[in-house]
Amino acid sequence: MSQPTLNQYETVKYSRIYSLGAALGDLTVTNDDIAGPIDSSDEWIRQRTGIITRRRASKDLSLMDMAVSASNEAIAKAGIDPSEIGAVIFSTITHPHQTPSAAALLADKIGANPAPAFDISAACAGYCYGIAQADALVRSGVAKYVLVVGGEKLSDFIDPTDRTISFLLGDGAGAAIVGPSDTPGISPTVWGSDGSHWDAVGMSASLLELRDGTAQWPTLRQEGLTVFKWAVWEMVKVARQALEVAGVTADDLSAIVTHQANIRIIDELAKQLAVPEHVVVARDIVYTGNTSAASVPLAMHALLESGEVKSGGLALQIGFGAGLAFGAQVVVLP
Amino acid sequence: MALSQNEVLAGLAEIVNEETGIATEAVQLEKSFTDDLDIDSISMMTIVVNAEDKFGVKIPDEEVKNLITVGDAVNFIVAAQ
Repeated sequence: MSQPTLNQYETVKYSRIYSLGAALGDLTVTNDDIAGPIDSSDEWIRQRTGIITRRRASKDLSLMDMAVSASNEAIAKAGIDPSEIGAVIFSTITHPHQTPSAAALLADKIGANPAPAFDISAACAGYCYGIAQADALVRSGVAKYVLVVGGEKLSDFIDPTDRTISFLLGDGAGAAIVGPSDTPGISPTVWGSDGSHWDAVGMSASLLELRDGTAQWPTLRQEGLTVFKWAVWEMVKVARQALEVAGVTADDLSAIVTHQANIRIIDELAKQLAVPEHVVVARDIVYTGNTSAASVPLAMHALLESGEVKSGGLALQIGFGAGLAFGAQVVVLP
Repeated sequence: MALSQNEVLAGLAEIVNEETGIATEAVQLEKSFTDDLDIDSISMMTIVVNAEDKFGVKIPDEEVKNLITVGDAVNFIVAAQ
């Protein structure tokens, strides 16, 4: 008796982002609102970060609420039924449970149950990691449509007296539907990590230290200058590599959407890349703050909604942050 | 060939000028980056990276906080060449 031949997934040649959705915190927080505990001022914060206001979520608006809202918008705009979603990927560092995942609950809430669902912990690179995963799942035939969410309620993990990062941070969620395409819509991803700088940005303490009473509630901290140096000069190399593997040049782009870490990083990165004048550089941070995994989809969503960029154009998206972790790809704008 | 203190100062002044717009003549050895030239820490890091490129030296992140004056930076670069 001959052995039967196994079935394997039928692969799909190309994938693309079908749509984006966005949700922001319900509160607008000014620099004056937060300057006191860090002995600072509106002018100091604007000069060093570019932030005029950031959006934060009130106590009653959860990370899951924002993720559901962003996901529902993306699903509606993609014109698909949530039951067609073959995987849910949630990039976040602020889901308040070690387990179970935020993604499983999200999948259920949006009508994608029983889709496989899992979280990604890659901080500010998380959304680009998610797009890389979604692209692979779609093209390998594992899933027809994948929902990728980058969402954070960072205000639950800040210290108002911290001068390194807390004052930058905001809350929000961005969502994307990735699915099959007749033409290439997501370039190969340039991604990686550098754990030799594991301590450069992250939580101030572990949960075990909190349990043992040797630390207070853990909040975010960073070695700002080390992160700044890495985020500009190492990410310039990653951005150039992403363009190269995509087979395009900066001239071909409609937009560059970097993680909205700090306007000084965004501006220096754009300068080092010698971005042509016609390319829109996303500066969503000015009114939303740094929203970690949510910042890339939120910034891209804002550019599309305002009409600054058009569907069909090319955008270089690049996320970078705690890990250190980074991910970049060129995508066709949905 | 290693550059002299004056040559490094002139090169550093150009970098400072490009980053901040401060006139090259104002970048003098005894000037403090923060107190006299009003250069913030982020601009300082940009200057450091550009100086590493220009002079082919490595300035560790933890060393940057010790570079209080222009002279501190010039002397570090001269010694590191």
